[in-house]
Amino acid sequence: MLAFVLRRLVQSLLVMFFVALLAFSMFRFLGDPIAQMVGQDTSLQERERLRVELGLNDPVPVQFARYVAGVLKGEFGISYRIGRPVDELIAERLPATLELSFVAALFALLAGIPMGVYTGLYPDRWLSKVLLSLSLMGIALPTFLIGILLILIFGVNLGLLPTFGRGEVVHIGFWSTGFLTISGLKSLIMPAITLGMFQLALIMRLVRSEMLEVLRTDFIKFARARGLSNRAVYFGHALKNTLVPVITITGLQIGSIIAFAIITESVFQWPGMGLLFIQAIQFVDIPVMSTYLILIAFFFVVINLTVDLLYYAVDPRLRVHGGAGGK
Amino acid sequence: MLSQSRFADSLRRFFDSDIWYSFKSSRVTVAAAIVTAVMILTAIFSPWIAPQNPFDPASLDLMDAFTPPVWYEDGVPKYLLGTDDQGRDMLSALMYGARISIFVGFVAVLVSMLIGVTLGVIAGYVGGAVDALIMRIADIQFTFPAILVALLVDGIMRGILPKEVHDDLVLVVIILALGVSGWPQFARTVRGSTLVEKNKEYVLAARVIGLKRSTIMLSHVLPNVLGPVLVIGTINLAIAILGEATLSFLGVGVPPTEPSLGTLIRIGNDFLFSGEWWIVIFPGLTLALLVLSVNLLGDWLRDALNPKLR
Repeated sequence: MLAFVLRRLVQSLLVMFFVALLAFSMFRFLGDPIAQMVGQDTSLQERERLRVELGLNDPVPVQFARYVAGVLKGEFGISYRIGRPVDELIAERLPATLELSFVAALFALLAGIPMGVYTGLYPDRWLSKVLLSLSLMGIALPTFLIGILLILIFGVNLGLLPTFGRGEVVHIGFWSTGFLTISGLKSLIMPAITLGMFQLALIMRLVRSEMLEVLRTDFIKFARARGLSNRAVYFGHALKNTLVPVITITGLQIGSIIAFAIITESVFQWPGMGLLFIQAIQFVDIPVMSTYLILIAFFFVVINLTVDLLYYAVDPRLRVHGGAGGK
Repeated sequence: MLSQSRFADSLRRFFDSDIWYSFKSSRVTVAAAIVTAVMILTAIFSPWIAPQNPFDPASLDLMDAFTPPVWYEDGVPKYLLGTDDQGRDMLSALMYGARISIFVGFVAVLVSMLIGVTLGVIAGYVGGAVDALIMRIADIQFTFPAILVALLVDGIMRGILPKEVHDDLVLVVIILALGVSGWPQFARTVRGSTLVEKNKEYVLAARVIGLKRSTIMLSHVLPNVLGPVLVIGTINLAIAILGEATLSFLGVGVPPTEPSLGTLIRIGNDFLFSGEWWIVIFPGLTLALLVLSVNLLGDWLRDALNPKLR
């Protein structure tokens, strides 16, 4: 167990090291940091003095070490475009993205699992066929198109829901939340559905195929033979056994929800990190880009690590094979 | 004469094969294939069959801007699906747009394939530290969604290239970004099949007669590991087309002067609230139909070529 945990930890650290190296190289070698900071009329001596002051003439490994030390303290440099420290910008926008991702994941789970159970139990009913075709659309339709269709129907034609922004937010300490106001909650509906649609389709199809598989096994037959009610068989035995892969996939999908939030935020002008990142790319705002990269990589690494460890705890087979991580 | 009869022969063999039978007997697949074929042909021949050249500013008339589709009262037969904000005929813009989308998708998949297959064969055949290095990089990249990698490559290229150069090379940049984002899948599969092929007798024979390692990899191992590559390629084509559309929709892809489907959707998105729905819906539907058809074809191909499922 310990060896497995250690190996996964080392791997995660290695990933973070490479990502930090990439972020640093972008930060250091894409464009001249000095030229971004001073005006046209700054003299060469002045620029040189600034270079020395900022340590840009030091050996590259020293600069890298300094960069990493800064990142660990939460110092990510100053945005070229907005002229404010990047950590402030991120802290402002992080709550918006996390709330959106959370609601989207919740929506995908709460709608996806029941749909999956239903289509798994009654594969021949017409509703199952409709749901399955819809889920194919959910997978094939691009995220932004789903968002645009929702806006067109519920925002423009029916005028029911707000089409951009977060509505009113309440500030609690450093956190700004849209959960506490009516307009905030209404603003969440369409972006969350847009973002969660793909995961919903994925979870539904996964639960369905797992259900179909489990229902064929002997222990289900045995449970029926014991005279258990359908309800007990379906939910107590079958569903429980489908949940391990669902938890894994959902865990791994949280990362991509946060990444795909870039698109959803862009459609709904949602003031989160994704929108910040897209604007950073358009304006080649390197500090913001590299910070986003590090942050997202950190999310992914932590999520993957947690999922792996959970999997290891849940699935005893992994322990027998010396804990190779299953992949 | 001989080659002709051989061609007829292989044609007959193809129509007798299991693959053709499984294709024929799946109505969804046939429909998907027809839709895909029509779209690709339309895209290729759009300069000759499109009613208007939407990339040529001289052929546009701003007076015609925002004409609704023909079934509306003030629609005109000249513009079947209406026009956009610059008076571009939507139907022509769709044809030209699909042309760019499909082209970018195809070339991006070729780039992924080239990188992935090369690295996969090398990793599998050479093994050792080279294998470990290549596959670790693939693993790391695999943990991130492809679209994120593409966005990042796009952003880095913007940083490296001066603005004017970037504007000239924008299609190349997108193709590279999407191509780089898709290679690990090819590399993994090809590495797996290379590991199997490597220990077969024909490779041993090639080694015994003293062929160079590169020759063995290129002309002996490579042809035998390409089967699954076709399947991944088809599925990745759908992903690449979607990726291009996403980049363009986000405003970091194909510029609006020569719009792809994604760019058209981005343009149309601005007129969502003023009631000109056709500017966004038609490109959206075209994109969805294209991606769905290619996806279905890829799924079918995967099942048809997988002997385990027969």
